[in-house]
Amino acid sequence: MTTVLSRSADHLYWMSRQVERAENTARILDVSNRMALLPASGEGETGGNEWDAVLQILGSAELFHARFPTPTRQAVVGFMTLDADNPSSIYSTIRAARENARAERVAMTTEMWEALNSTWLELSSLTPARLASRGHRNFFDWIKERSHVFRGAAVATMMRDERFHFFRLGTFLERADNTARILDVKYHVLLPDEVEVGSALDYMQWGALLRSVSAYRNYHHTYKETITPVHVAEMLIFNIAFPRSLHACINEALELLGEIGGPLGEEAMRMAGELHARLHYGRIADVFAQGLHEFLIDFIARNNALSDEIQSSYLVAR
Amino acid sequence: MSDKRFFDEMTGNDGAGKRIGAAYTEAEVRDAYGAVRSWLDSLSTRLINAKRKEAETLFRRMGITFLVYGTDESTERLIPFDIIPRVLTASEWALIERGCLQRVQAINAFLTDIYHDQEIVKAGHVPGPQVFANSRYRPEMIGIDVPGNTYAHITGIDLVRTGESEFYVLEDNLRNPSGVSYMLENREVMMRLFPDLFSGNRIAPVMDYPTRLLRNLQAVAPAGVERPTVALLTPGIYNSAYFEHVFLADEMGIELVEGKDLFVKGDRVFMHTTHGPVRVDVIYRRIDDDYLDPLAFLPDSMLGVPGLLSAYRAGGVTLANAIGTGVADDKAMYTYVPEMIRFYLGEEPILSNVPTWSLGKADDRAYVLDHLAELVVKEVGGAGGYGMLVGPAATAEEIAAYRLRILDDPANFIAQPTLSLSTCPTFTDAGIAPRHVDLRPFVLSGTSQTVVPGGLTRVALNEGSLVVNSSQGGGTKDTWVMRDQGATP
Repeated sequence: MTTVLSRSADHLYWMSRQVERAENTARILDVSNRMALLPASGEGETGGNEWDAVLQILGSAELFHARFPTPTRQAVVGFMTLDADNPSSIYSTIRAARENARAERVAMTTEMWEALNSTWLELSSLTPARLASRGHRNFFDWIKERSHVFRGAAVATMMRDERFHFFRLGTFLERADNTARILDVKYHVLLPDEVEVGSALDYMQWGALLRSVSAYRNYHHTYKETITPVHVAEMLIFNIAFPRSLHACINEALELLGEIGGPLGEEAMRMAGELHARLHYGRIADVFAQGLHEFLIDFIARNNALSDEIQSSYLVAR
Repeated sequence: MSDKRFFDEMTGNDGAGKRIGAAYTEAEVRDAYGAVRSWLDSLSTRLINAKRKEAETLFRRMGITFLVYGTDESTERLIPFDIIPRVLTASEWALIERGCLQRVQAINAFLTDIYHDQEIVKAGHVPGPQVFANSRYRPEMIGIDVPGNTYAHITGIDLVRTGESEFYVLEDNLRNPSGVSYMLENREVMMRLFPDLFSGNRIAPVMDYPTRLLRNLQAVAPAGVERPTVALLTPGIYNSAYFEHVFLADEMGIELVEGKDLFVKGDRVFMHTTHGPVRVDVIYRRIDDDYLDPLAFLPDSMLGVPGLLSAYRAGGVTLANAIGTGVADDKAMYTYVPEMIRFYLGEEPILSNVPTWSLGKADDRAYVLDHLAELVVKEVGGAGGYGMLVGPAATAEEIAAYRLRILDDPANFIAQPTLSLSTCPTFTDAGIAPRHVDLRPFVLSGTSQTVVPGGLTRVALNEGSLVVNSSQGGGTKDTWVMRDQGATP
């Protein structure tokens, strides 16, 4: 049995969460950006309620309003990308990941370190003006790509020992959290009465959402029909073949916890098993009956509780 | 300074008059540098610039940075790397190697002695107060037997060269000497940038240093431990040598731990892991004595492990280097190392000490205060080039201010002549020019003693400067030890 220093496992777990979070922040901003560009969005006249919603989803509304009066697209995107004073910005998240990496160079392969370090070096040299001239879409794509490179380096080079398991665990819990939040964007951006369900606009918004989680083509391959909210939600929640679905993420997490094992992890294992069962046996009709938003809020809370349990049983030095 | 003569390692001549930027002819270059000369000749300016840039990118990508004290805590800097290697012949190296091993052997015997029978003091070769009143002398270690009587497991000996076969020891670094990671990474980068240079030359490899170090650390584990667990104890991410701690732990495949990862129970040391406590048998600590154990030393230290000293004294864990080793590397004790070599080994020192005045002595003090403008004055316990006076480079005001510091506590200072440090060809903005260098080989002691053939060459990048410390504008070079033509590779 490999044993890992609790602090090392902690750094790896959070490092992978932070890189995944940076990627997902880019994805959320990207989908919001795309939706804002669609006709009949609130952009322009009111400042756009969707940008307030984005801040809510990213958990950054309070801090934003303490510093800025209106959540315009420009202000929110600036705040969530390069703002060093916002601990949730992509800049701060990558910086935090890199700090964890610096503290944990021993547990990482050279390839992982170089992938993350070069991302940080380039990101920290960017200015808002240079980002704008590069184009926001390109920037979001670049962040996603750097996250893939980092994760790819880890998967291709790390020993399959406990360090790897904790690293992967961070990825999947963060990804599950973010997929749930992205799906919730739609709920926040447009309340059901504002858009006629099944309208062209509705279609485009669900399409943008699918694209933001790299699921647009997957969706069509899977359902071979037009985009419907029920199917989108089903794919993002239940489809185990779709690697960003809640089911796929929790399935991976459950397997990883099984690999790590030990008496310290019994409660985490139980919680993951319970969460997994809901996704494994659940039905989309029941989710909509309960309310999609309510379902997602409940999932996010359970996922957080699982993370807290992993933290206190394995990662905190006692 | 202008009338000083320097030994240039490339030409063997006084480097001071060397025209900058011009090519070296075959006739004027020492044999050792023949390969370097033809290599330099073959490089276009464009290629050189491209390679220098590539080297910088490599170092930055690898994260080989250090923190500079006295600036913003998060300032990470790169130590400038000069791509022209420094070359030592097999016979030069043989002298250095023998001399370093001899010194460390004597120092370990001295440390064993002063914590046991104290014969060198009784015999009158080293004054008692010099040892026992020293703040780095640890009475807690009296009568404690350490495995293999080894105190200094890792030593970095700073050498300077003043002539064809004249080497002087500047200091013996016994308290967590750093720099070995640069020795290894410099070689790595050079081999990556210029692979052909290595296939055509007989350069002794250095890459087995971490393996040798691990073997040495395992060999000094507490008695009865079959498969010792070794860990490297670091002060953490904000330490200036943090990169090196990571690098060495990684290369040895051992855990890099901080004080908070460890705890003591029943005179044994354990680390917190994801599956509960795991015993640690040998700790390569990169934390000074004072911070190791808040119960025994500085009570407010957050870096150490409560109870570590008592576990150590009970033989439950080995620390490298041993607690109390620092007493032998203070700059006043340095002057007695030749005595130690004679006393314990019955040999004459192979490497000379730099003549040193101890300002605690009235005669020495009088002389030094009269000649401040010619001398280098250092604090006895100083390190890293901080807090020293380089007389010839100082202004009258700086000298006057330093004089007051000396008079305040004379015994805290030593003085040495400004040595004519050798020079090596180095890239500068104006082209290739001679710059002063020193050398730090690393001596490992456990059940056996070894020196990896090479070391860290530091170079003072500013014209005329003799201060090679990275914190004061120094850079580094790859250091080649050439093998004899007849030797087996």
